[in-house]
Amino acid sequence: MHKLKPTTALGADKPQIDQFDGLEIAERPDFALASLAARQGAEAQCAELAKAHLGFDLPAAGQGHLADPHSGFWMGADQWMISAPQASHEDLAAALKTAVGDAGSVSEQTDGWCRFDLSGPGLKAVVERLCNADLTSMALGDARRVRLEHLGCFIWCLDPGQAVAILGPRSSAASLHHALVGAALSAL
Amino acid sequence: MNQINRLAGGQINRAKELSFRFDGRSFKGYEGDTLASALLANGERLMGRSFKYHRPRGVLTAGSEEPNALVELRQGNRQEPNTRATVAELFEGLEASAQNAWPSLRFDAMAVNDRFSNFLTAGFYYKTFMWPKPFWEKVYEPIIRKAAGLGSISFEEDPDLYDKGFLHCDLLIIGAGPTGLAAALTAGRSGARVILADEDFRMGGRLNAETLALGDASGSDWAAEALAELASLDNVRLMTRTTVIGAFDHGIYGAVERVQDHLPQAIADKPRQILWRIYSRKAMLCAGAMERPIAFADNDRPGVMLASAVRSYVNRWAAAPAQEIAIFTNNDDGHRTAADLIARGVKVPAVIDVRADAPAVVGAELLAGAEVIGTEGRLGLTSVTVRLANGQTRKIKCGALAVSGGWNPNLHLTCHQRGRPQWNAELAAFVPGPDLPSGMTVAGAANGQLSTARALAGGATGAIAALDDLGISASAIDVPQAEDAPIALKPFWHVQGGKSRAWVDLQNDVTVKDVKLAHQENFVSVEHLKRYTTLGMATDQGKTSNMLGLAVMAELTGKSIPETGTTIFRPPYTPVPMGTMAGRATGKHFHPTRKTPSHHWAEEQGAVFTEVGDWLRAQWFPRQGETHWRQSVDREVLQTRKSVGVCDVTTLGKIDVQGKDAATFLNKVYANAFAKLPVGKVRYGLMLREDGIAYDDGTAARLAEDHFVVTTTTANAVLAYRNMEFARQCLFPDLDVQLISTTEAWAQYAVAGPNARKLLEKVVDADVDISNEGFPFMACGEITVCGGLRARLFRISFSGELAYEIAVPTRYGDALVRALMEAGEEFEVTPYGTEALGVMRIEKGHAAGNELNGTTTALNLGLGRMVSKKKDCIGNTLSEREGLSDESGLRLVGFKPVSATEPVTAGAHLMNASGEISASTDQGYITSACFSPNLGCSIGIGFLKDGANRLGEVLRAANPLEGSTVEVEVVSAHFIDPEGERLRA
Repeated sequence: MHKLKPTTALGADKPQIDQFDGLEIAERPDFALASLAARQGAEAQCAELAKAHLGFDLPAAGQGHLADPHSGFWMGADQWMISAPQASHEDLAAALKTAVGDAGSVSEQTDGWCRFDLSGPGLKAVVERLCNADLTSMALGDARRVRLEHLGCFIWCLDPGQAVAILGPRSSAASLHHALVGAALSAL
Repeated sequence: MNQINRLAGGQINRAKELSFRFDGRSFKGYEGDTLASALLANGERLMGRSFKYHRPRGVLTAGSEEPNALVELRQGNRQEPNTRATVAELFEGLEASAQNAWPSLRFDAMAVNDRFSNFLTAGFYYKTFMWPKPFWEKVYEPIIRKAAGLGSISFEEDPDLYDKGFLHCDLLIIGAGPTGLAAALTAGRSGARVILADEDFRMGGRLNAETLALGDASGSDWAAEALAELASLDNVRLMTRTTVIGAFDHGIYGAVERVQDHLPQAIADKPRQILWRIYSRKAMLCAGAMERPIAFADNDRPGVMLASAVRSYVNRWAAAPAQEIAIFTNNDDGHRTAADLIARGVKVPAVIDVRADAPAVVGAELLAGAEVIGTEGRLGLTSVTVRLANGQTRKIKCGALAVSGGWNPNLHLTCHQRGRPQWNAELAAFVPGPDLPSGMTVAGAANGQLSTARALAGGATGAIAALDDLGISASAIDVPQAEDAPIALKPFWHVQGGKSRAWVDLQNDVTVKDVKLAHQENFVSVEHLKRYTTLGMATDQGKTSNMLGLAVMAELTGKSIPETGTTIFRPPYTPVPMGTMAGRATGKHFHPTRKTPSHHWAEEQGAVFTEVGDWLRAQWFPRQGETHWRQSVDREVLQTRKSVGVCDVTTLGKIDVQGKDAATFLNKVYANAFAKLPVGKVRYGLMLREDGIAYDDGTAARLAEDHFVVTTTTANAVLAYRNMEFARQCLFPDLDVQLISTTEAWAQYAVAGPNARKLLEKVVDADVDISNEGFPFMACGEITVCGGLRARLFRISFSGELAYEIAVPTRYGDALVRALMEAGEEFEVTPYGTEALGVMRIEKGHAAGNELNGTTTALNLGLGRMVSKKKDCIGNTLSEREGLSDESGLRLVGFKPVSATEPVTAGAHLMNASGEISASTDQGYITSACFSPNLGCSIGIGFLKDGANRLGEVLRAANPLEGSTVEVEVVSAHFIDPEGERLRA
């Protein structure tokens, strides 16, 4: 076991949790991320091998899948983001690459992103002041690429109308968090 | 002061009396009042001074189209100019002041302008202030601007918050009058997602202002009932105080919601206004119509109002503009006004109707075929002069005149995408044309359907049709019985033959005479007319004046009104505060901030930060006793070259390139070759633009046959990635290559200096061989550090020293920098910032952004041979252009001052040792300069004509901006270790 101590995207030892009347914003450093892109001509093979490893079909455009331990969402043409608990899957990228072999390209993305989970009945009112994702049209697991606080982010439906994960660039975590809190204070 | 003109009834809450101040005086009003209605109820007709002539002005309308009653609302840093009193909701303690008046509204010294009106006609300043020429900018214009104008700003920072937001719906209904309500009920009951937006704080539109019945109920009661039902539907969002300001592409509408403008105190953390972007699948414009005035002599006197506004004030707000109100009309609506006033006990001395066959009036004298030819009263109307049908004149005493010249459909939003309105002769008005914004339909009065019955029917059927297009089935609603009076109007725009000026545009002080002058001087196009006279400009955008101006111009040119045309309607529909446009992106939140993995640690060290794009990077790390940045930077440079230094280089772009054609792809995007780069090696690479100019440099490390990590400069990280993605998708779609940014995923530190290896050996795991043999210059590998953490190591050097870049997952970046500093204690390791980084790269002669400045080629940079001719790459062919391949062209070289104490200045231009200093004798320029603590003098690098062949020559570095010229010697750009022995050590 190595001796380096991790910090959260907000630079603290423990994840930040903010409570509002109708919403909780929780920093979630406990998820590993890896991008998967199908190699040209090997799309079907990549989908098959990925399914065997992850346990679900690679999602179609705009969609995602939530399960334990692996979850994922569509990110672009023949490209997906795969997620799993960090504690048990810190080697997510390596394991996924082993599974898909030359049929897919895998990049570790765990610390490319910060993740904030927003949950509660006030979710819609807050999200509509943040980005153009239409929560009403998002089913479980659906994900949208959005611009939020001038940042390219993903919004991922964890519980329709009730909970989403927002993934944003890690270096801008403080700005993103500021925007989330500002919107919650504004809307709730 | 008593509310002397307050009537009984109305839709105001008399249980809640409100105190307010206007122009330094105290008044009372009620909840539900606007500032204008409350002032009228208090007998105040004078509300402002006009733009140019400072003429007394009162309220003309009861809505957002108001040109006259502009006030400054609130005080201090919340002062807002040009607020329309007609839409300013009254609240307890409201403070409003008149604008454009001095010393007071009632006595305005600047009203002297009116005496000189003959000299101040349209375009007067273009003609009058011609000489002397320099006076225009410094003397004339400032004086004119001070004398004329609208409100003033406080110059204080706006303390309020503004939000931006995004809404989605099946059907956006713009306007909640009878049409909008009928549409909303139809759509709401169908289950469709509906947004109903209205700029008023009370929905219902004209239903609240008229006495007409809908079925068995009054209009306002029917509206209230409809709104109650709509409020109970989860699929309907009612947005009051929300103005849809623009129709944009693909069914997207801009809307401003005024969240707190009506509140006495701002609520902490809540926005004052929200700028919504509404994504609609369909939209219905149900914005109604606006009544238009008739121009006649002195028609701008306080008390001269639109007839519909008079009905609004009397019926909705129970505020009579005066005790006696005459009517001047060309249509039956004027008669409706008379009936309403009489029913409310207001005396109507006469109904002056231009139509000889005007219908009879009960309770007031009808003057058919008559025209108003003048008005009297200093600060408010006291009487009007009427020319009767028989040619005689008669003076009629009145405190207000309700004018109706017909109605213009409110079609602005239909034209926001260049749609052109069509002329409707029956209405004598423009109606929406066929080229509507995508997804928009228009219903009700906005579509020229001016009766209540047709408005209701149009709303209901319009909603069914709009939803049907979306595959949503909606049922017809029971539309109540309502008036369906035909249009009875005689087109009549202005009264001929008056002695005084007849005002067309009250906000800009444009008269019929000004329009005539424009015509006389050949400004006959409507666009020229607008710009020459200022007709239709400023906050109201001519909502009540444009038609009148067109009609007068049409009359003068002998053309019809549709032939004369209209000006272009552009967003926003009503004025929007700049703060609302900015939203939360203000001050330090103007853009997001990117922090490096070592940011918190660097803060602990007292680092001074600098902005590099969105990044905050440590610029230098001052130590105790250091009082000047140069001391810190010199120390960091010297210590790094002497022992070892650590610098956070996470900000460099990192792009993961994978795929079986990854190497082929890199061959195409880099000027130099990468296909044969062995696994485990790094190569410096140069990227060209398509025009052959160099735009970015960096490295590519080959981690596997099908896996590279490309690094870019910090500044171009996004650009390079975007260009590579474009190349992948569009230029070389047949290649199997996948890209993704990993800039943020890895914390990366440069460890540089003769002791770099020794330091790293204490951090990397024991089984990793980083000896010079095992891990030579330009090696790379995936390793483990600190007991098993996955990491990447690159032996590359920007400083020219023995150097590595080590990367770990970002969450461990903070821990790694602490581990590196701890391990380096025995070597007296120093952190170094971007300044020291810059000094060392200049000492080494490495190009950076100053050299890759968008004008330079690989040849200029001394890297001409990197542009491989054995393969093709982006920019290759165009880099061979004659002008770019001059052998004696600019080359990157170094410069030292002849006198060691003199500075070398970046930006200085190089001149020969003697001769003229001018652009024509320019030999090149210095791009980067610094003080080199190793050389003990200032040094620089830059581009010099035929530079490679001029080493040793003395030139002058001219800095004409600062008036200095320094003699410099041309030297190699590699000041330190030109043979590269250190970095290979």
